[in-house]
Amino acid sequence: MGKRRWLLLLVAACALALGGCGGDDGNDEGGGDGGGSGGTLVFAGASDPVVIDGALVSDGESIRVITQIFETLIGLKPGTTDLEPALATKWEIGPDAKTYTFTLRDGVKFHDGTDFNAEAVCFNFDRWYNFKGPLQSSSASYYWQSFFGGYAKNESEDLSPSLYKSCEAKDAKTAVITLTKPSASMLGALTQQAFSIASPKALEEFKADAGTVDEETGFRPTGTFGTEHPIGTGPFKFESWKRGDRLVLAKYDDYWGEKAKLDKVIIRPIADNAARLQALQNDEIQGYDLVEPQDVPTIEGDENLQILERPAFNVAYVTINQKQKPMDKLEVRQAVAYGLDREAVVNNFYGGRGVVAKEMMPPEVMGYADDVTEYKYDPDKAKSLLQKAGLTLPVPIDFWYPTDVSRPYMPDPKRNFEAFAASLNKSGFKVTPHSAPWSPDYLGRVDEGTAGHLNLIGWTGDFADPDNFIGVFFQSYSPQFGFRNPELFNLLDQGEAEPEEAKREDIYKQANRLIMDFLPAVPYAHSKPALGFRADVEGYEPSPTTNESFAPVSIGGGD
Amino acid sequence: MLRFVIRRLLLLVPILLGLSILVFAWIRALPGGPAEALLGERLTPESRQQIEEQYGLDDPVFVQYWRYLKTTVVDRDLGTSINTRRPVSEELKERFPATIELAVAAMLFAMVLGVPLGYVAAKRYGGPVDQASLVVSLLGVSMPIFFLAILLKYIFAIQLGLLPTVGRISVLIDIEHPTNFYVLDAIIAGDPEALWDVIKHLILPAIALGSIPLAIVARITRAATLDVQNEDYVRTARAKGLPPRIVDTRHIFRNALLPIATIIGLQTGLLLSGAVLTETVFAWPGMGTWLVEAIDNRNYPVLQGGILFVSLVFVLVNLLVDLSYALINPRIRVS
Repeated sequence: MGKRRWLLLLVAACALALGGCGGDDGNDEGGGDGGGSGGTLVFAGASDPVVIDGALVSDGESIRVITQIFETLIGLKPGTTDLEPALATKWEIGPDAKTYTFTLRDGVKFHDGTDFNAEAVCFNFDRWYNFKGPLQSSSASYYWQSFFGGYAKNESEDLSPSLYKSCEAKDAKTAVITLTKPSASMLGALTQQAFSIASPKALEEFKADAGTVDEETGFRPTGTFGTEHPIGTGPFKFESWKRGDRLVLAKYDDYWGEKAKLDKVIIRPIADNAARLQALQNDEIQGYDLVEPQDVPTIEGDENLQILERPAFNVAYVTINQKQKPMDKLEVRQAVAYGLDREAVVNNFYGGRGVVAKEMMPPEVMGYADDVTEYKYDPDKAKSLLQKAGLTLPVPIDFWYPTDVSRPYMPDPKRNFEAFAASLNKSGFKVTPHSAPWSPDYLGRVDEGTAGHLNLIGWTGDFADPDNFIGVFFQSYSPQFGFRNPELFNLLDQGEAEPEEAKREDIYKQANRLIMDFLPAVPYAHSKPALGFRADVEGYEPSPTTNESFAPVSIGGGD
Repeated sequence: MLRFVIRRLLLLVPILLGLSILVFAWIRALPGGPAEALLGERLTPESRQQIEEQYGLDDPVFVQYWRYLKTTVVDRDLGTSINTRRPVSEELKERFPATIELAVAAMLFAMVLGVPLGYVAAKRYGGPVDQASLVVSLLGVSMPIFFLAILLKYIFAIQLGLLPTVGRISVLIDIEHPTNFYVLDAIIAGDPEALWDVIKHLILPAIALGSIPLAIVARITRAATLDVQNEDYVRTARAKGLPPRIVDTRHIFRNALLPIATIIGLQTGLLLSGAVLTETVFAWPGMGTWLVEAIDNRNYPVLQGGILFVSLVFVLVNLLVDLSYALINPRIRVS
């Protein structure tokens, strides 16, 4: 063929491509129609949800969707950890701290038209309490186990007797929950989405607990409650779900509270961070969660985009495993604390979104003590402490960090590690580095206590209660920390059971002081995860415990 | 011919059996198990023990294998995904069509561009087209796919606003998915807007994924054509006075086709095993990301079912390639 013909063909092909691909239908998916109401918002999660049933999940993406469709008895003031009425308008704790009386909200209906009442509340609580078989696994009902312990009939000896005793529907608007032991932290715990109230009719009709159990195939849910008919009372109702593609929520017109501004919210799974950023830049999504620190300046520098900050509700810390000598000596642990340059790490590797942590829970949580012992970076002090302990310098230690991962409290583990190792080496230690891929290798090792003398890890709180931080870490022996401290264990037991708010706060403050003297770990950072949105998205209120509703959100609400 | 096919199909049984043992043993040899992935920082020794019991992972390996074999062969059940709690076969039915669509689109791109490019390069040996084809091939092979993908997205989506960056279809378009082949689904739904949208979503991933096969197909075509051009029978055909077009198609191209077909077959087989990097960058819900995530999560049932399936596909594709030889070259049919 002649040269000319080739050229013509090429030009024709280009013209076709450019012409056919219309002007603006290549991008701009979602977006509102101005005026601040209506429209569709597309939000990207990191993966598909597992199932839309609060009682049976613990992954963030399921919880994100559940937060829109369901509600709990007690809610949180947006953006804070302060309790506020939700499905319950009033609550009273009995003098023995074992009975909780809830006055329920009037005029609330589930998305299927059935009434919300005390019977529905007790139906839900009894459902969780009576979980059997594979539903008792911590991979299923983690949050029930974490707070209430066991079930009506425990099928494993690792489960403790249940904290839950019964639920009584005194009348349509009054539900009384009775516990087996006094507990003061149930109110905070009930704000978690795991304790959302679902429509009893739907739970039964769509067989929420049904499934086949087969030793080889494991538990396979056969009901469709959590996959096709998750029916709650929230401002959005479930419309459709195609895995790998989208989950569609639609505004619920008969919501009891402030109705949603958007018509629809579509959640699509995009696992790769760079892909999420480019989709946001291209307006294919209008928001996403957990922006990587290196992308924050890109988003902030783009006038079409904005960054929202989630208040810190996590703690990054260095585990000290006291089973690994010489970590069993207090002076050595103190030397570690003085030998870590925490300020340098927080200032350099947290993209301006971290604060130095001085104790093992964030300041927002009740029981935080301002007067704990603090350890400013002091290599010489560290060295003298080691010598006082009778050790020859440098003291060899194994220090582990994870690879292939970025956690909200630890965006760049390797950089944290390198800085810490360098500062420890200046402080009389000789660090041998070890690393392993985060999941499952590293996590497994940390949990088993085979991740050296020191390792980097952290924790994001589930709900605003000190028990959910230091109770989780230090209430009993664990291989991770490898110590037994009866004084600390007892103090934390006391705190969990103390019904009087003020006394409880004192106990936890005491515990925090004790922890920062005993030094089972060295906390170093609280960080504020970042969310990215289009600039014209308004009304999204980040919450420390990720109780974030799309109801107040609107797009393009004027200037 | 029929015996040939049957013999090859029968060979599948020992191949798959051996593979299943290998996969089964290998993934359990990796440290850790599904508990860490399921619980993350919430892991405790008790909860890990509980999860291992639940999934039968505390039984001896051969007991686990026997159970697996029984369920797969007798019950025809590939098991349940540990992370999503769904049947592996159901996830396979969603993931594989996505991978096929992407692979076919990428190979089409590679063939439609690569074969003519290589052919013309050979016919105009040493000319500007030949030089250009060399550059294209080198670029295609050397540029990392994810980099090319991000670059393509940046230019064609973000800067020019012509194409989308993620997914298989716009979230604002709603069609039924009877086949999970989105192109077919759009055709079945009779929705031209949806069809065009699906195709737009295929363009950039196909180019990114097809860049390497394009390079390879172009070079192989060029080499094969050059080779055949200089054969005696071509000289004879020309000497006979056959018009150049006939010489080209009946003698040169047809004989060059053999190695080209082999390469296309092998490349397709590779692509069908899942293009992880492309799928990751374009959030394409295919086999690649499915299996890689399963490795990280130690999602044993998905790995066992998925890898076995991928191997099956690869073997069948190679069988088809072998059969195609017989089509192209009559002499092979006889033997």
